[in-house]
Amino acid sequence: MSVMTSHEFLDKVIRATPDGEHIRRCLQCGTCSGVCPYGFAMDHPPRSLIAALRADDWQGVLESDTIWLCVSCFACASVCPVQIPLTRGLLSALKTEMLVGGSIPPELQTALGNSRRYGNPMGESPRKRADWAKDFTIPVPVLANHKDPVDVLWFVGDYGSYHPRVQSVSKAMAKVLHALHVTFGILGPEENSDGDTQAFTGEWGLFELLARKNIKAMTKYSFREIITGDPHAFNALKHEYPRLGFDRPVRHYTQFLFERIDQLRRLFKNPLSMRVTYHDPCYLGRANENNIYEEPRRLIEAIPGVELVEMSHNRALSLCCGGGGGGMWLDGFSWEKAHARTTEWRIKEAIAVGADVLAVACSYETPRFEDAVKSTGNEGKLMVRDIAELLAEALFG
Amino acid sequence: MDIIVLVKFVPDLVEDLEIDAQSGLLDRSFLRLIPNELDEHALEEALLLKERHGGTVTVITVDTGDVDESLYTAAAKGVDRLIKITGEGFDQGVTNQALAVIFQSVMGDMAFDLILTGTQAVDDLDGFVGAMLAERMGLPYVGYVTRVEAENGTMVARKEYPGGLNADIEVRQPAVLGIQAAEKPPRYVVTSKVMEAMRSATIDEIEAPETPIGGSLPVSRMSVPETGAHAEMIEGTLEQIAEAVANRLREQGILA
Repeated sequence: MSVMTSHEFLDKVIRATPDGEHIRRCLQCGTCSGVCPYGFAMDHPPRSLIAALRADDWQGVLESDTIWLCVSCFACASVCPVQIPLTRGLLSALKTEMLVGGSIPPELQTALGNSRRYGNPMGESPRKRADWAKDFTIPVPVLANHKDPVDVLWFVGDYGSYHPRVQSVSKAMAKVLHALHVTFGILGPEENSDGDTQAFTGEWGLFELLARKNIKAMTKYSFREIITGDPHAFNALKHEYPRLGFDRPVRHYTQFLFERIDQLRRLFKNPLSMRVTYHDPCYLGRANENNIYEEPRRLIEAIPGVELVEMSHNRALSLCCGGGGGGMWLDGFSWEKAHARTTEWRIKEAIAVGADVLAVACSYETPRFEDAVKSTGNEGKLMVRDIAELLAEALFG
Repeated sequence: MDIIVLVKFVPDLVEDLEIDAQSGLLDRSFLRLIPNELDEHALEEALLLKERHGGTVTVITVDTGDVDESLYTAAAKGVDRLIKITGEGFDQGVTNQALAVIFQSVMGDMAFDLILTGTQAVDDLDGFVGAMLAERMGLPYVGYVTRVEAENGTMVARKEYPGGLNADIEVRQPAVLGIQAAEKPPRYVVTSKVMEAMRSATIDEIEAPETPIGGSLPVSRMSVPETGAHAEMIEGTLEQIAEAVANRLREQGILA
């Protein structure tokens, strides 16, 4: 049982969050709740949460577990007219209180426990983190066994390392880097989960534990910059790791490759006659105003034969795939509470614009959207491809 | 109610187990150890009882390696005292007979109302520790317990039997109970609290008495389960496999 009051909680959030005092300016307009993908199923979407806290109904807030529907997609924060740090501040702080109070869905508990013990949410062996790259046609050096300095430290991430579907994306990425003669290396067994999504479940202590392990590993090696295919890792490395004293240049791979777009154009051998639509990942776009909207699109358009079409929710208005904020590990819970999957809405949008391919740029998204293609009965009508896979296909056929 | 929880560490099956060719025993060089799952349930049940009735919870474990973090995690969950028993050769594992002797000697002059431990552990699956300990200490023992109720000096343990049967067994205190499952899944404690416990909690180290850690039953050989000589693996495409199975069933006269 929490001994805190609403006002003590609010004070705590205000003190701990940059621009936290903006919470006091909330005008109860409700734009946040309207744009929230799961607002319809939450007892307290953001506006109502602030109202409940102002009314000092702390127990009422804690008794509801629907905060676990929050997918930390930054939709609310990005539309708030008074710039309240809802996602990074208020909502993640409430999740922390839920965790401390022991109100945690079992599937999320498993993912957090695995992350703490094994450094990845799936509970896979840390020793096998680089196994995807073993016996692969393209050499993927693990820095611990690699003497020469590299230009690029590639932070592969949990799903790129362990998830069978996303391992294919990692392999495509390795092919593209190889084609561009980029010298790169990975951390392999020394890499831990970036911790970003754990942080947005409110487990900031776990985030710090994981981040410090990664920092310790990365500090050992010589490289010019970090690239990653995981927008969550990108976001953490860019905005959260510097607080812990690690401030090295990091780019999402789409930024890195966009810089080499002319080189890529010269190397493309295999035109892809496809109508492609692009899903903006929340953590490349809205989150912390990362605003990486154009580079992925330019890369897609550079592929000969490809026609890029836009869905109605694009750029800052993108619709979350539902994997953020712990949603990746709360599929059962979210379905039970909301009876909806944001991925299915997205697939219907992609079908509506006549796309052959839904292009993505986030490690969570290929499996999530492929599942939704099947669950909406659209198998065979729409392919889900990471941009790295499209590029590799255009380069190598 | 003062409760002692006995925890043993077992191989974490996230890593592949290998048998050392020379010793014929588990190769422990790459082994990661993890608290036995049912011991975690015993700890959870103890914490629930403490929340209900007050008192203290003490966790005792044998230092077979990698135990400190789990002990601090237990402290963060609300355990009052952490005890780690050290001894020579413990990193090679300790048999259940030896564990019972060691636990008994360490608890010799401690006051307690209840000893909880997991009914069994995934390494040996024999479920001996609780029962052997109770026998040595002259205390009652109930295993496969899924619920403990204590009221006005009496205690009732719910024991699970096969086939969906349960028995509510009245037990006098002090007693040893083997926990099959806590009333609730073991709780999660946030990392910041574990870190805090690492700074503030202390682990009492007690040296084990001289005990033959091998026990009286030496292990002559370990092996990974082998494919039985009579099993035939049918390979091929799904259709080929289905056809082969159907043919075999026809040969046996099971299918017409």
